[in-house]
Formats: sequence, C-alpha cells, structure tokens
Amino acid sequence: MSETFTFTIDGVEVEGEPGQTILEAAQAAGIYIPRLCHKDGLEPWGGCRVCTVTVNGRSASACTQPAAAGITVENETDELVDMRRGIIEMLFVEGNHFCMFCEKSGNCELQALAYRLGIAAPRYEYLWPTRDVDASHPDVLLDRNRCILCARCVRTSRDLDGKQVFGFVGRGPGKKIAVNASARLSETGLDVTDEAVDACPVGAILRKREGYRIPVGLRRYDGTPIGSDIEKGASS
Amino acid sequence: MSTSAAKPRVATVSLAGCFGCHMSVLDIDERIFDLVDIIDFDRSPIVDFKDFTGRCAVGLVEGGCGNEENVEVLRSFRRNCDILISLGDCATMGGIPALRNLVPTEECLREAYLDGPSVHNPSGRLPNDIELPLLLDKVRPAHEVVRMDYFLPGCPPSADTIWAALTALLTDKPVQLPYELIKYD
Repeated sequence: MSETFTFTIDGVEVEGEPGQTILEAAQAAGIYIPRLCHKDGLEPWGGCRVCTVTVNGRSASACTQPAAAGITVENETDELVDMRRGIIEMLFVEGNHFCMFCEKSGNCELQALAYRLGIAAPRYEYLWPTRDVDASHPDVLLDRNRCILCARCVRTSRDLDGKQVFGFVGRGPGKKIAVNASARLSETGLDVTDEAVDACPVGAILRKREGYRIPVGLRRYDGTPIGSDIEKGASS
Repeated sequence: MSTSAAKPRVATVSLAGCFGCHMSVLDIDERIFDLVDIIDFDRSPIVDFKDFTGRCAVGLVEGGCGNEENVEVLRSFRRNCDILISLGDCATMGGIPALRNLVPTEECLREAYLDGPSVHNPSGRLPNDIELPLLLDKVRPAHEVVRMDYFLPGCPPSADTIWAALTALLTDKPVQLPYELIKYD
C-alpha cells in the first residue's frame, strides 16, 4: 500500500491515500460532502458542483479534486452551504418537480438534499419549462420534467452496462437527455435490469409498476437525512 | 388566560388550493382547544369571517395565485398580517394547480370546457362573466406575488408541523422544525 498522508477538512485531520479524491477521502473518514452527479462506482464527473469545497481558499469540486498532503479543505461553511442551497434551488425551478405525486418522493436525492440543506422555498422564480415524457418502453418511464442533467444514466449505461442508451442533445436551457434510437426509449437496447435505470437520483427514470410501494414513513430519506450513513462511518 | 382583546389574531385562507391544508389545521385535534386559548381566529373559513376585523399577528396562506382574485386576497393578507406563512406545497411552489403552467392557458380552457371527453357544453362558450375572476397566465406561488415570512411545505404539511410552527411563533420562540416535520409530499 502506498504512503498515506493527512490533510484537514473544517479543521479535522483526515487521512488520504494517493489517487483518492477529496470526496473519497472524506467519505472514508466519515465526513459527508453533499453530492448529486457523483455516484460511488462511477468515474467523477464534476457536473453539478454541489460538492464544491474550498481547497486552500480556492473553490474546487470535491469529487474531481485529488486529495493531497497538507491541504486545507472547507466543507460546511455558511458560504458553501448557501451556495449548495442555491444550486439545489436552481435545479428545482428549472425543471418541473411535483414532489406531491412523484413516485420517487422520499427516495429522491434532489429532495433529500433540499431537506438536509433546509430549503423551504427557492429564492428564484419558477421557469415551468416544456419537457416531454417518453413512456414507450414497456418497463421503464423517462420523464424529462424531472431530469436534472446529472449524466448518471449516460455514464452508467456507457461504463457499467456497456450500452450507451442515453446521451445529451442541445445546449443551455435546451439541453436534454436523448435516447440512442431514431425516436423512443422502446427502440433502444435498454433492459429493466440495467444499472442505468437505478442510477437516476430523481424520478426521471423509473421502473414502471413499482410506484408508491414503500409506505410513507419507511422510505429512504423519511427519517434520516441523506449522508447519515456516511457520517455513521459506513464508508465505501 | 389573557383576555380576548389581548389575544393575537390568526387569519387563514385557501387560494388556489384544495382545502387539504385547512383539513390538516383541523387535524391538530383537541389541541385546537389549547390554540383558541392563546389566539382568536380572524378572517378564516374555520370561523367563516369573510373580512378582516382587525390587525392579525399571523396569516396562514394555503394555495398559490391562479386568478386575479387570489392576488387581491393575498395582497390584503399582506396588508393585514404581521407574519405571513405559506402553508403547503401549492403556496410554496404552485402545486397541482400549477400543472396547467405546462400548457398554454387557452389550450387548458378548451380542454376543460370544450374538447374534454366528458364535456357537455352545447353553447360552445368559455366562461366569461364579469363576476368571474380572470385567470392568470400562470399559477404563481405566494412568494412570487407578495413577501412571505415563513414556509411550511408538504401536501399537506402535517398537523404536527403546523402546530409546532404556530406555537413557536405565538410564544416568541424560534421556529425550528425537526427533520421529520419538513416534507415536500
């Protein structure tokens, strides 16, 4: 095993190994850095910026920035927490997120981050974009109203399923998830057992006929905030 | 107990909502006896007062603004209440009524009054009477119309959430709700 080194996160000394990102080293030490586009097992993407920390005073995304000896990392400062709130609020207003009837509610990472960060209402005006739904696949629903463009399905399908079912088209506000077919999801090679189906942090990709199966109160984030498992020391 | 005149007054209203949040207010059960010991209801469907009778300490607003009457009522709540609370998801983010924001208003009216599969409307006319408040182009959450002071999300917010927030406000304590009481569904 290569030499370990130490650095600090919010003043707490943390051990790191060469090759680890700041997020991985923090997680191994039981410190949760909020993240949305990053998922354990996927290559870091650095897209959502929710995991932004400061490294020696400069902003960096913890999921892509390598841990290094002696660096000073800030994670839970008022400024960073407010910045993260702002990102989550933007994601809420730029999509159509109706938690009250969404099948993912209670198990949704976007919602769970909003709970953890204490968001009551967004500071920005709702945009109400027009997005489409693709219900063509017999077992999987694709609802772009809820998509936050985290690329988890894109990367999981490509890197873990080896299929490249999903991709992006368009730019700016017009950017959206596309499927690798002439028109619809049913024409792709997507299987309901693909890991890409489970990769979605929100309710944009859902297994059909499984909605509301877990009663309210028993869902993943009903009782404990997102990240609690990491803070209890159950690191990956 | 303080005298009636000294009690803070609480007003409530349902704008573009379904009254579910008001049902949740009633769901505080027998605690409503404790509540009326420390407050008087002012303008509210609970006591059926149609207009404000005096300055209110707290206004609970259920629902967003879907028509011009909602806007007028919400503005009168802002003028008459010291603290305004968005009660529930519709007031906070538009909620179910805001689903119509995803289609043009005209298309929405056509579907409801002309083209819908169960519509019987031989005259072929859309509702258009001076008595009817005009629809807004989009359903807006309350805080996009007036300044709101607190937000209690939920569909509806649980009775415990409402109780915890109200009692904290009325006893001059900070409103700090535990994790389990803030939910968006």
